[in-house]
Amino acid sequence: MRCTKCKGTAQVEVRRHHTAFCGPHFLEWFEAQVDRAVRRERMFTPQDRVLVAVSGGKDSLVLWDVLLRLGYQATGLHLNLGIGGYSQESQEKCEAFARDRGAELLVVDIPAEYGVGVEGLAQLTGRVACSACGLSKRYLFNRVAVDRGFDVVATAHNLDDEAAVLLGNLIAGNVDALVRQTPVLESTHPGLARKVKPLYRIAERETAAYAVLRGIDYVLDECPNSAGARSLLLKEALNLLERDAPGTKQSLYWNFLEKVRPLLRTASEPVALRSCVHCGQPTTAEVCAFCRMTERVARKLQSRVAVSAARREPVAASSGGGGGPA
Amino acid sequence: MKVRIRHQRREVQVEGVRTVGELLDRLQLNPETVLVVRGTELLTRDARVADEDEIEIRPVVSGG
Repeated sequence: MRCTKCKGTAQVEVRRHHTAFCGPHFLEWFEAQVDRAVRRERMFTPQDRVLVAVSGGKDSLVLWDVLLRLGYQATGLHLNLGIGGYSQESQEKCEAFARDRGAELLVVDIPAEYGVGVEGLAQLTGRVACSACGLSKRYLFNRVAVDRGFDVVATAHNLDDEAAVLLGNLIAGNVDALVRQTPVLESTHPGLARKVKPLYRIAERETAAYAVLRGIDYVLDECPNSAGARSLLLKEALNLLERDAPGTKQSLYWNFLEKVRPLLRTASEPVALRSCVHCGQPTTAEVCAFCRMTERVARKLQSRVAVSAARREPVAASSGGGGGPA
Repeated sequence: MKVRIRHQRREVQVEGVRTVGELLDRLQLNPETVLVVRGTELLTRDARVADEDEIEIRPVVSGG
């Protein structure tokens, strides 16, 4: 296979565009696609401060790399989720990436801030781990962006992510989620950051190829909690279609954005947001879901400490008094 | 050839395939879900491979 541009040996085939590129021309094409998405959707300008959510995986580090190369003011934000060795490696990859490029990286350590990691938050509040994780990410990315005066939060959701979420929302008939599924989510409250997805035109296979060709060192292992996740099943189904009908994912998502979503916008009532009485973040309730979760966890942790102290008391008394408990 | 399949954490020996497409067919892997790497070079489906090659197969699907 030959590069469409220079006729050299191709390294990456982009079947949905009936094209293939050598390494240098693929990188050039990829960066142009991202820049085109940013400009076309008016996501941000070189004057804006962009907060990039970085997990240490391929997509987020590729997004950060491309935005820096394109001359945007991109600061990384990494959340340490407290998932053992996986979280440690993820943070190390982000820190090494930032160090190599002289880029600014902010880190929020969830276990240090809230007493337990996302698995603990889930366990102590009767949620599944991915639910506590998703809630924490949405809350903390927004909070850091607003508190530190960033103009926009950029996440690395790619074409495959968006197509899989779309398929899931269609199956569930989730109209509100379909209305919100867009590459640019405008702020509807002073405490709500604008959110954008600059990789929405890029397939997951292409971000992986970009990472390999640029030598970006990313976490290859998946989050241990993602095994059996529904999103992976949806992606598998879409990739079976894509194998035999290239362009399926792109057609699904882009046709939705261009032809279907405009019809849905009137089908959903705008949600009235107010400020959480505890943290001030936007919410539909008096206290936001994140505060409810973390406050419940704090109460449980405190009661555990109290119980543990009460259980230790006789031992402590015995060690002080020189005798064993009765 | 020696093939390291990263997401399955296994290494297999494959003989007698001539192209990347044949290799993926043999391993029953969907080409949309992986990258095929030889050294620092990415290989397209029609790229020739030889028994003495060392190949790495990287997953591209992530998320949970």
